[in-house]
Amino acid sequence: MSSSTTTPSTLNGKVAVRSGSTAGAIADFWQETGALTRRLFIQLQRRPSTLLAGIVQPLMWLILFGALFQNAPKGFLGSEISYGRFIGAGIIVFTAFGGALNAGLPVMFDREFGFLNRLLVAPLVSRYSIVMASALFITAMSTVQTIAIIAMSAVLGAGLPNAAGLALVGAIVLLLVVGVTALSLGLAFSLPGHIELIAVIFVTNLPLLFASTALVPLSFMPGWLQWVAALNPLSYAIEPIRYVYLHSDWSLSSVVLHAPFGDVTLGAALLVLVGFCAIALLSIQPRLKRAFA
Amino acid sequence: MAPAVLIEKLQKQYGAVAAVKDISLRIEPGEIFGLLGPNGAGKTTTLRCLCTLAEPDAGRIEVSGISVLDQPKLARQKLGYVAQEVAIDKVLTGRELLQLQAALYHLPKAIAKTQIEAAIARLGLQDYADKKSGTYSGGIKKRLDLASGLLHQPDVLVLDEPTVGLDIESRVAVWDFLRQIRAEGTTVLITSHYLEEIDLLADRVAIIDQGKVIAAGTSSALKDKVGGDRITLRIREFTSLAEAEQAKSLLEALAPVQEVIINTAQGNSLNLVVQPQSDALAAVQAALNHAGLPTFGIAQARPSLDDVYLAATGRTLLDAEIAAAGSRDEKAERKKQMR
Repeated sequence: MSSSTTTPSTLNGKVAVRSGSTAGAIADFWQETGALTRRLFIQLQRRPSTLLAGIVQPLMWLILFGALFQNAPKGFLGSEISYGRFIGAGIIVFTAFGGALNAGLPVMFDREFGFLNRLLVAPLVSRYSIVMASALFITAMSTVQTIAIIAMSAVLGAGLPNAAGLALVGAIVLLLVVGVTALSLGLAFSLPGHIELIAVIFVTNLPLLFASTALVPLSFMPGWLQWVAALNPLSYAIEPIRYVYLHSDWSLSSVVLHAPFGDVTLGAALLVLVGFCAIALLSIQPRLKRAFA
Repeated sequence: MAPAVLIEKLQKQYGAVAAVKDISLRIEPGEIFGLLGPNGAGKTTTLRCLCTLAEPDAGRIEVSGISVLDQPKLARQKLGYVAQEVAIDKVLTGRELLQLQAALYHLPKAIAKTQIEAAIARLGLQDYADKKSGTYSGGIKKRLDLASGLLHQPDVLVLDEPTVGLDIESRVAVWDFLRQIRAEGTTVLITSHYLEEIDLLADRVAIIDQGKVIAAGTSSALKDKVGGDRITLRIREFTSLAEAEQAKSLLEALAPVQEVIINTAQGNSLNLVVQPQSDALAAVQAALNHAGLPTFGIAQARPSLDDVYLAATGRTLLDAEIAAAGSRDEKAERKKQMR
């Protein structure tokens, strides 16, 4: 829509609508995003079991995977670290990824129940406010989960990254969540119904986990899987987190992944995540617009 | 002044089904306009195109002079849409849903607060506003939906079958509410397949059938145009076609009788158009007696909107409903409404 000069209604007692200046549009965008985000938090508050399960599940992964591989041959990780220290990064990323991947489900149910029509007939500045609200909500959930995982890892003896390292973990989780949430919502807008969406989530979630460096290092995998894992965006989230866990002297030029096609630095991994996030957000634009801007 | 709603030569196809073939409407500011037609006639599709939920294949749609296709965001501000199926988030309270709605229409906080309070008071939701909407009855849900549709004070309030499934008390409440907001200058576009509802409420009516407007005007003008009084005659509960044909030729010869239609969908009953205020009823009964035909039931009435529909399509609205109910694919329609 080019020039949106909103004329306030002239009938007396009518609400004057804010005019379409850029500052006004940004304020409007945050107003709609805030309201949609608030709805998700009210839902969470009234259904606290979601939060509880969301925290308990990754902790169970952490304990069970740690125990499962406890007696694995020494050196299988390529260094002298314990599996408990190794797995933390994988669980953080897998948990955030899983949460974001499911973000489309509530939107799909809104579509099926007709609630989404309420949003679509409203003069939203941009339907990205729907994406933004989900991303904010999942980011908050993932932050709580990540803190729980980091705390539990520390209790299990994995240690803690330094302050800058923790900030980096937060940034990586954010990028991953925004990108995957966008893709999930894109699917929710495209697929015929929740059965199909659940099917897609099902065939995406675990395979992407196993085809990443979450559970075992690249060096432990057969050659073809090394290629797959080195092309999997999840690996680019996992390896930097793992690196800052194990090295307090990390920098952007630290090599975090020895991919079959060359070494990947921490900075490069971050760039890959930023690119992934941007492509995800851009790719869903036509789905959001559909027939109308 | 620009018309509140202008729809010109609207067409919309879903797959192989032409839901809307050719619909043109002109709705003036401040009137209640009724869209009447059987299920599957294209009413909802027309509303969905108007409210930017579906893109028309062809045609022009304007709201208060704003093109819905060119400036959808601006048009959305002018429109309030109350869908047929009440879609609420049952975990949220009524007030929280209204707050969400207000934010989606970018009402400033202070105005939103006054508007929400006013809407709650006006629809009598005081006792429910702070309870979870999942606990509401159908009537309360609909009232909440009406409140949210009106929150941003749209030029045009669009309601799709607003009283379907409601008890009579709630229906009357909805009717009163619509008359009130008309009195305040809001234009109302309402669809219904209830004749009485449209007859009672609407200033003007368009009757839609199979994706086309078949008649439009004020309800009384439409009835006058059809002309004459109606006599519905059942010779037996289920009359044979031969007997009905016999009675038809018999009655057509009578002076006050203008037209006789055999309604095959209603057990071959006969629908007669007769001169108004004539002694047609007595004449018909006398003629039947004379021919030795029994009378199962006979009634005379002024023409109704159903007669308008009957005159244009050759079947009553009820028959069309029943036919549509048998052939419609609810699942496919749900899909189509999903976006």
